[in-house]
Formats: sequence, C-alpha cells, structure tokens
Amino acid sequence: MSDAEVMLSVSGVSKHFGGVIANENISLSVRKGEIVGLIGPNGSGKSTLFGSICGYHPIDKGSIKYRGRETKKMRTAEIARLGMVRTFQQTHVYDEMDCVRNMLISRPVRSSSVRSLLHRPNPDDLGRAEELLEFVGLASKRHLLAGSLSFGQQKLLEFAMALMNEPEVLLLDEPTAGINPTLINGLIDRLKQANERFGVTLFVIEHNMRVMMNLANEIHVLAAGRLIASGQPKDIQNDPRVIEAYLGGH
Amino acid sequence: MVKTTAVQWLVAAIALGVFFAAPWFLPHNMTQLVDVMVFILIALSWDMLGGQMGYNSFGNILFFGVGMYLLASIQVWAGGFTLAVYNAAEGGDLASFTVDTPTFVASLVVGLLVVAVLNFFLGLLVGSQLLKMRGHYFAIGTLGLGVAAGEFASTMDILGAGSGMNFVQPPRTLELAPLLYFIGLATVVVFFILLRWLYSTRFGFVMNAIRDNEDKAEAMGLPTAQVKAFAWAIAAFFAAIAGGIYGSSKNFIDPTEVAFSGTTIGVWMLLMTLIGGKGTIWGPIIGAVVFQLFKEFFWTFLFGWQRVALGLLIVIIVVFFPGGVMGGFDNLRRKLGIGKSTAEART
Repeated sequence: MSDAEVMLSVSGVSKHFGGVIANENISLSVRKGEIVGLIGPNGSGKSTLFGSICGYHPIDKGSIKYRGRETKKMRTAEIARLGMVRTFQQTHVYDEMDCVRNMLISRPVRSSSVRSLLHRPNPDDLGRAEELLEFVGLASKRHLLAGSLSFGQQKLLEFAMALMNEPEVLLLDEPTAGINPTLINGLIDRLKQANERFGVTLFVIEHNMRVMMNLANEIHVLAAGRLIASGQPKDIQNDPRVIEAYLGGH
Repeated sequence: MVKTTAVQWLVAAIALGVFFAAPWFLPHNMTQLVDVMVFILIALSWDMLGGQMGYNSFGNILFFGVGMYLLASIQVWAGGFTLAVYNAAEGGDLASFTVDTPTFVASLVVGLLVVAVLNFFLGLLVGSQLLKMRGHYFAIGTLGLGVAAGEFASTMDILGAGSGMNFVQPPRTLELAPLLYFIGLATVVVFFILLRWLYSTRFGFVMNAIRDNEDKAEAMGLPTAQVKAFAWAIAAFFAAIAGGIYGSSKNFIDPTEVAFSGTTIGVWMLLMTLIGGKGTIWGPIIGAVVFQLFKEFFWTFLFGWQRVALGLLIVIIVVFFPGGVMGGFDNLRRKLGIGKSTAEART
C-alpha cells in the first residue's frame, strides 16, 4: 500500500433498485496516481457503483468522499467540476459537431457561472484539442462530425475529451469495449501515458482481463453487488472466489 | 473562414438594405411588413431552444402574450388612466381615452424595453423549473403554459377578461405602422448581432452540447441548468418585444386568439424555423419571410382553404425538406463542392 493521498474513498455504500441489490456495503479507495481496476461479471453492479460515485443517483447507505469531501448529495456536474469525471460504456459524444468542437467544449470547467462562458474559445484550447486528438490517433478525423465516427473512434474521442477536461480522477467504463483488438494495445499504452504524463488517477471498469492485468496496480472484484476480492492483479487472477464468480453459477 | 464571414456580413448588409427600403416599395402592406419583423423575432427566439438547444418549446407564446398585455397596460398607465376603468369602457367610450404623440411614442418604446426585461426574469423563473423536464415531457409541459395563460387572462376582469383589451388609440397624426416596423427592424438587428456573438462563445457551444447529449454535458461539469434557463430568458426577452409590437399593430388583444394563440403564432414560430432551417441563424429569418409570403398568398387566393393549404405546407416541409431552406443550400453546396457545410461553418 502506498501512502499517497486518498483521492476517492467509498465506504459502506449500498444501492438497491426496488428489490434488486445493485450494490451492497461496498468499501474501497483510490489513491493519487494509481490505476485501479473494477471487474466482475455482467450485472454485478460495476456501472451502478460508478453512477453512485458520480452523482447519477442517490445512494441508500454509506458515504462517498472525494479528497475528503462528502459528495453523495452533490450533482453530477458539481462533482465533475471538483475534478472527478467519468466516461460511459455506451459512447456519449456531441454527434452534430465535429471532433475539434467536441474537444473545445470539453475544456476544464471550474465554475458554474454563466458569465464565465461568455467568451470565445482561446487559441491555447485549440492547440491542446489538436494535440490530444493527435494523442488518441484521431488527428485526420478532426473535422468529421462526431456522430459519423465508428463506435471505436467515438470511444477514443470520448477518452480525448475526458483528458481535455484535465480531471484529477478519471472513471473509465469499459474503455476498450468495441475497439479493434489491434488498437487495444495502443489504447493501453495511452491510458498508461495519461496516468504517467498527465498525472491522471484512473479507476477503470474492464471486462478484458488481459487489459486489466497489463494496466492496473490494484483490482477490486464485484459479484452480485458485493465486493468479493481486492488486491494485486496476480493475486486476483488466482483467487478461487474470483474464478468461481466468473466461471461458476452467477 | 475569414472569407465566409465576409460573405455573411455582405449578405446581412444587403438584407438590411432591403428591409430598410421595404416600406417605400410596399406602402400599402405596412401591416404585413410589421408582421414579418414580429415573425423573424419569434422564429429566432424559438430557434434558440428548439434549434440550438434541442428543446422543442411551445411555451414561447407565453412571453409573447404576456409582453402584449404588459405593453398595453403600461401604455394605459402612461396615458394617466386607470386600467380597470379603461378596460370597463365600451365601444365609443374608448375614443375618450386620448394621449398626445410624445407620450404615446415614449410609452411604446420605453414600455417595450420594460416588458422585455420583465419577461427576461419570467423566462428565468419558468425556465429554471420547466427545463428540468426533457424531450416530450418538456414539449407537453410548455404546451400547457400557453393554454393556462390564455384561460387565466380570460378570467381577469382588470385585463378585459374574455372580451379582450384594446391598445390605447394612437394619436390621429401618428403613422403607427412605420414606427412599429422600424422598432421591429432595430430589434431584429440587435437580436441578430447578439445571437451571432452568443453562438460563437462557449455559452453557444454549451447550448449545442445540451442539444447533442445533455448527459455528457453534465458529466463534463458544464452548468447545463444555468445555461438552459438563461437561453430561455433571452428568448423570452425578444418574444415579449415581438408580442408587444404585434399587439400594438393589431390594436386589440384577444386572450386566446391573439395573445396566447397556440394554434396560430404558437405553431407558426416553429413552422417558420423549420421552413428556413433550424439550428442556423439565417434559417428563422428566411423562414419568417417565406412563411409570410405563403400565408398572404393562401389567405388571398385560397381563402376558405387557407388553413388546409398551410397544413399541407407543413407536411411537405417535414417530409421532403427536413433541413429547410438552409439544409437545401447545404446540399447544393456539397454537390457543387464549394464552401463549408452548415455543420462545419458553425465551427
């Protein structure tokens, strides 16, 4: 365990939808500079936990703290302005605008005042937008409408948009799903670079175990809404409970 | 980019010249010309939400009607009359409520500004609540606004209740229509320049982001609720001026047929925007002019069938020209391979 600052701390979080237990008494933390993974079979409550952390729905029990500050009552946009941003499993981009404009809109937002929006995008933003589009390999597509890109390209664009926002903590919901296998290695590389070069702490949901083993310093495993294991990738890989959850009866 | 902007300003200058000269060429159609200015204002106002922000509002008619009643009331007050007494007067008695020209003009111009500012705040208030709804729920919710306001005005005795309210009669020596026309034109110019600037700022970008994916905009920390309410407040500001000018031009307010008329102006503002091309700044302007031409044509040559013709026009536009006139320009330009498409030009 490192002694770096705890960025995100989830303790005793439960979320039920009617009779369905989506999350039950989940506690985990993410430290500054780490890449933390979240895995589990389909329907195990991973995306629900992301939703709870980012303020999409109220939680039933527990506490969620971002840099020591309780966020469970905050709205999504407020949490994002604090520096914790998520991407989506299904791509969410601004379809009717080109990639550059998608990027320009995504510049950091630190204030909710309307007056702070009454200026034209500055050249620095444009430079950074072009740089990040280059970084994810979309430079040649920069003037295409985001809605006309393939699913995989939209995922890359969304990743670039997230970086443009300069978050401290970035929650990625299945970043490699739908991406061409040959591109996945490149993406892993870029996720690591984002972590090392830009200092972004990553919290990643991923089904692809090969990706997770390559990427994460620490992995948490969910099954049927409960946290069943946490630890280093190599320990998780051999944990009988995890193997049971993935291959067994759930 | 520079070239496109230059061309756009040139087109704007020509359009302004034509609009400025129009009263001298069509002196017998002043009422219709005033209508064109009113239509441009409400179409641009509707497009802010419906086109740029993806919120199909039937609620702008609220500000249109409130603006109309407020202006009429302000003018009554400025003439030194009591609203209740004025509205209780009947027929020929109204002629006794006369004002001099300076009072009339001042109360009209200042009144329009006051009305606009009040509606700006009404827009903020209503918007901050109603804009929590999305999609169809928002559309239906706003539809209720106009209906409710119309029914409410019909029960208010102080506003003339169901029999409506007359505007203060302009002095005999005053030519009201040209005055209203140029007030309308000036307002259109201000609105146009304001929108061009607004749509080039991050505020405009966020409006488009809300249209394309509001969940994403929220997830990225954008203050969507504030932007939506302010956008609607600006739309309300200009819709109210449009309402004031329209009422003043018609000289009479009927609560459900003129002020809060969901089936005429309420739908027309949307229709005009669709004809011209929504989500563009020129679309609503072109749409308003084209719509007025069609409307006058139908009312003159197809009288009795004019609403049927208008209905057919709506169907034809929605089915065959979903992008409106501006969409047609785009397709043409793409085929000829010149210029930028509208989507790119927005960048």
